[in-house]
Amino acid sequence: MARVRFNDLKKHFGAVRAVDGVDLEIADGEFLVLLGPSGSGKTTLMRLCAGLEEPTAGSIYIDDQSVTGVVPRKRGIAMVFQSYALYPHMTVFKNIAFPLTVEGLSRQEIRSKVEWAANLLGIGHLLERKPALISGGERQRVAIARALVRRPRVLLMDEPLSNLDAKVRHTARDELKKFQREIGVTTIYVTHDQVEAMGLGDRIAVMNEGKIRQIGSPDEIYQEPADTFVAGFVGLPPMNFMEENGTLTAFRPESFLPASLIDDHERRIFNFRIERIEHLGSYLLVYGKVGDALLIANLSLRHEVKEGAEIPFAVRMADIRYYDPASGRRIGK
Amino acid sequence: MRNGHLFQRDSLTAFALLLPVCLYLAAFIGFPFVMSFIYSISNATIGDPHYSITGLNNFRDMFHDAAFRTSLANTFIFTFVSIALVIVLGHILAELLIRDFPGKWIVRFLLMLPWTAPIALGTIGFLWFMDSVYSPFDWLLRKAGLLGSPGDLLGPMSNLYWLARPGLAMASVILVHVWRLLPLATVILIAGLNAIPREIVEAAQIDGAGYFRRLFHITLPLIFPVIGVTVLFSVFFTFTDMTVVWILTRGGPPPHATQVLASLAFLKSIQGGDLAQGAAISLFFFPVLAGIAAIVLRLVKKAVVI
Repeated sequence: MARVRFNDLKKHFGAVRAVDGVDLEIADGEFLVLLGPSGSGKTTLMRLCAGLEEPTAGSIYIDDQSVTGVVPRKRGIAMVFQSYALYPHMTVFKNIAFPLTVEGLSRQEIRSKVEWAANLLGIGHLLERKPALISGGERQRVAIARALVRRPRVLLMDEPLSNLDAKVRHTARDELKKFQREIGVTTIYVTHDQVEAMGLGDRIAVMNEGKIRQIGSPDEIYQEPADTFVAGFVGLPPMNFMEENGTLTAFRPESFLPASLIDDHERRIFNFRIERIEHLGSYLLVYGKVGDALLIANLSLRHEVKEGAEIPFAVRMADIRYYDPASGRRIGK
Repeated sequence: MRNGHLFQRDSLTAFALLLPVCLYLAAFIGFPFVMSFIYSISNATIGDPHYSITGLNNFRDMFHDAAFRTSLANTFIFTFVSIALVIVLGHILAELLIRDFPGKWIVRFLLMLPWTAPIALGTIGFLWFMDSVYSPFDWLLRKAGLLGSPGDLLGPMSNLYWLARPGLAMASVILVHVWRLLPLATVILIAGLNAIPREIVEAAQIDGAGYFRRLFHITLPLIFPVIGVTVLFSVFFTFTDMTVVWILTRGGPPPHATQVLASLAFLKSIQGGDLAQGAAISLFFFPVLAGIAAIVLRLVKKAVVI
């Protein structure tokens, strides 16, 4: 198990600054999620950590030992790829055993370790099959087993759930977190899916344009977004923004409620012109305007609202954040 | 309008589109094949249009002929050495050419040239390179101090006589043949290597495999089907080829140091006039090549990952 540290890490591909000065420290046994839209540099950052790319500048440390320029196999890392990257010509057993074969362990050691990993992931019955003959979920478990079997110092995962059916994704997420806790391996997990990020991460690093915009617990990221990018990227639907006197006033759709429901004195009231209502099963999304600003409210089904009505809505002062429209940074904290 | 109507009938259209191919195959492959079968059991010569069926004596004569046995051995040596070199060199070139480096396009372009030039033309170029007096190869070797004076590595004579010494003549024929087959093999292997997902190679890298382990445990097994196809093509091109041999050595130096079956068949039937013998020799290709194709295709099919 290990700590990982990136020190002013940069990776440029020609004019593109894929990773543009990242400083980040990951604690021993931590589950860190790199969250960002595609092209934000999160996968490049992970590939730098794996040694599949060499940084343009900066350094990487695993347990205070610099691994910059060290080949992947000497870094003590393991990686689960988005496509799983199983070796198609080998059986599941040989796939999981591959990193151990490379290390030159004895047959018996290999067998016992492969069985340990296979049982941990519940794929003991698949060992003699080829990857083409098992399901997507099973392939993903094989990929994880292959990554864990060597007891890596750091486990890297690149969107490992994105190729799974939406139905199995929930269970897979739950199990993933369980394995990681059980083994306690330091994990860096790349995703563009904020639900995965919130559900899995001890901390989340939100990335955009090669830079880390904010690092924090899922709760901090959600409640206290450091800038307008994080505020707009995390949360579904995204945060509401209104420009007022040169500052951006922002609040979450679920904090934006009919005024009658907020008895707190510390509140702001807006006249909300309701334009459209979406019924989404367990909740309502209410689209409308305050002045020129398009806002969304997320209400539970009990509320009775009508399209076309103008109703006073309110937000608790404690739920309002302010941002500078020019820099996008948060004001007043 | 009636025409358009006719072509809307799928079976008729298909028939019309396939007809030229069928005619071509029948005229240039089917007919000669049947004729060579008939000639091989006859006493046909090129001097006389009349012939009669005489049975299997052509084949008996063929197996008793020392020239045939030498040619058969030469054909196998020529084929196996050429293909081994083509596959190994082709793989090395393909590995280099899937990487990015400055001037890659010009290297690719030069590599393709031997394939675009007519075989005979390229081989005539080599005929000069390997000339017994004016060979530029020899000139370079002499300049490098490897040839021409007593005590030099390659001997004191002024020339190597590439095409006049039995072993060297065979090596020369193989060299030229490899030179011309290499582009095709490289292109096929590049396609095979490019088809391997990059993530699989990277996974092996992270799993700790060094270059040679990746090569022998990941890359080669994954491109095995492609290698099989390359081998198959190369075998067909090599086993049946007589251009290189004929232009460089005419099967010599005497008696038959570089004679292969294709050139021997030509020598016997066209130059020697004995059509029946030539037909019997060329028919010998058929079971051999069919057998090789069956074995390779079976291996490839087994290796294909579903």
